[in-house]
Amino acid sequence: MDKEIQNNVIEVSTISKAFGGLRALENCSLNIQAGSITGLIGPNGSGKTTLFNAITGYERIDSGDIRFQGKSIAQSKPEQIFKLGIGRTFQLTRIFPKLTVLENMHVAVQRQGKGNMFSSWSAAHERRKALELLDFVGITKHKDLLAGNLSYGQRKLLEFAFILIADPKIILLDEPAGGVNPTMILYLADRIRELHQQGLTFLIVEHNMEFVMNLCQQVAVMHQGNIIAQGTGAEVRSNPAVLDAYLGGGLE
Amino acid sequence: MKKAESIILLIILVFLAIFPLIFSNPSTTSVAFFAVIFAVAAAGWNIFSGYTGYVSLGYAVFSGVGAYSLALICQKWNIAGGYTPFAFVLVAGLIAAVFALPVGWIILRTRRHVFVVVTVATLFIMQLLAYNLEGFTGGSAGITLPLPSWTGDFFNMPFYYGALILLVVAVSVSWLIRHSKFGLGLLAIREDEDRARSLGINTTMYKLIALMISAFFAGTVGAMISYFTSTVFPAEAFDPLFDIAVALMAFFGGVGTLAGPIIGALLLETLQQYMSLQFSTVGLDLILFGGLLLVVILLLPEGIVPSLFKLVSKMRASHESTPIPSSSAESTDSERLAVKEGKNG
Ligand SMILES: Nc1ncnc2c1ncn2[C@@H]1O[C@H](COP(=O)(O)OP(=O)(O)O)[C@@H](O)[C@H]1O
Ligand SMILES: [Mg+2]
Repeated sequence: MDKEIQNNVIEVSTISKAFGGLRALENCSLNIQAGSITGLIGPNGSGKTTLFNAITGYERIDSGDIRFQGKSIAQSKPEQIFKLGIGRTFQLTRIFPKLTVLENMHVAVQRQGKGNMFSSWSAAHERRKALELLDFVGITKHKDLLAGNLSYGQRKLLEFAFILIADPKIILLDEPAGGVNPTMILYLADRIRELHQQGLTFLIVEHNMEFVMNLCQQVAVMHQGNIIAQGTGAEVRSNPAVLDAYLGGGLE
Repeated sequence: MKKAESIILLIILVFLAIFPLIFSNPSTTSVAFFAVIFAVAAAGWNIFSGYTGYVSLGYAVFSGVGAYSLALICQKWNIAGGYTPFAFVLVAGLIAAVFALPVGWIILRTRRHVFVVVTVATLFIMQLLAYNLEGFTGGSAGITLPLPSWTGDFFNMPFYYGALILLVVAVSVSWLIRHSKFGLGLLAIREDEDRARSLGINTTMYKLIALMISAFFAGTVGAMISYFTSTVFPAEAFDPLFDIAVALMAFFGGVGTLAGPIIGALLLETLQQYMSLQFSTVGLDLILFGGLLLVVILLLPEGIVPSLFKLVSKMRASHESTPIPSSSAESTDSERLAVKEGKNG
């Protein structure tokens, strides 16, 4: 039992969040195992993004607790949570369009190593790392372009890369494959697998079932602000509650 | 573009350094003093408002505090007119910076339009306080500062070069900030403050520090002008027109760029001083000035400096005809969406 708690990077325990009368999260619990790729699926409006916002400090939860590596982060601010090692992307990609691609890479506060806020951002070691990561996602040739000129898919890659620069322990991706062409989706899945092999943990909200089933060892299903099922892809698919939630099986 | 800007700035500074040696006429150097001191103001304003995008129309709060600080220091400590008050100009700047801490702590809880309104309100509160705390500020009678010990044709020179030193400092600080992680954080705040937070940036602290640095320069500007004019009154120290002028100069030259606000200030302040000398009796100066501004802002909405750089790179591109990937319809659509849905995304 103890060992299992140790193994969870993130523990969400019975959290609730209401917007006025709308209960976006209700007694929602979810554990994320270290080193896993967990998929989070569920119908639109079931509270997936709100759960992300709660974990990353954008929404204060009304009750319950969220722990990261055993410590509560329920009261922490977004910037503190990022510094602990939780990076996220947004459902609608959010980059800095009027900064160059390379500048975008340097915005994130370094979690480790040299440099403080008054040091130059183009210091050699930082620059090397930024270029490596741009290479990793394959947009190095656009490094001096204003990020606003990137295509939709390239923006997603940039957002992914500029989170990685701070060496996060877990990355939360909100619909990474949404609106992206099939080649790019495969490419992204490859990047995720590679990082996963290096020890990174992922929590991924995604509607693209093929993407989720191929990539995630664990799948959690959300419905009306609650996790109604969790298990392997196959287990979840055959769970009657899940089929109900999707109105009689839209899971194929 | 950044390198070109730095070079242009260097040329401007060298030109300003030798300017009074060529044009030593006192009425010219007086205009030059105001042009340079407004360049300091615009550069200082830009460090906070230009970089973070929090447009402040309450910058005079800090220049006013600087002006009164210098006046009170000279009064209380019986400082004679001479070069000593120049040293206290820096102290006045520091006082303004410290003053920015509690003010910023309060006003930085707001954003965008609300922030603009709050800065204006703060300015009028300060003006009211200056009128009413008579024991301290002398009320509407104001405070007189010591007269400089030098006179005649030489009179403007120490002020001019004092202002120029401040400008060199302001330019250097702006440059350093623009090349630091701190400055990048400020620009990130301008683009998407919440996104910046989720990348570990303590936006509250960043904004406060930027505001304090910016207030320091405002304080020195206020103190310099009050020493130059030998007086400080509530309406002049906390003058909303000062704010509008400084903001316009920055917008005119190019907000958030290194050289823009300085070029904007040098051009506009010179023009305004010249026009008020020529046409002030009939009030034509303001009309001409306003009309000119409108034309330029309509034609070059981003300001002079960015527009020029765009023109240059466009000309280069058409020469080399390298394909520049432009934002597709798809990406602009997603941008619009992102704006619409805001934080929910
Ligand atoms: N800031 C907010 N204010 C009010 N209602 C919200 C807010 N954010 C989300 N909601 C509501 O909460 C519910 C869950 O939304 P969300 O978490 O975005 O769902 P999902 O990401 O699963 O599609 C929806 O009904 C949504 O309208
Ligand atoms: Mg969502």
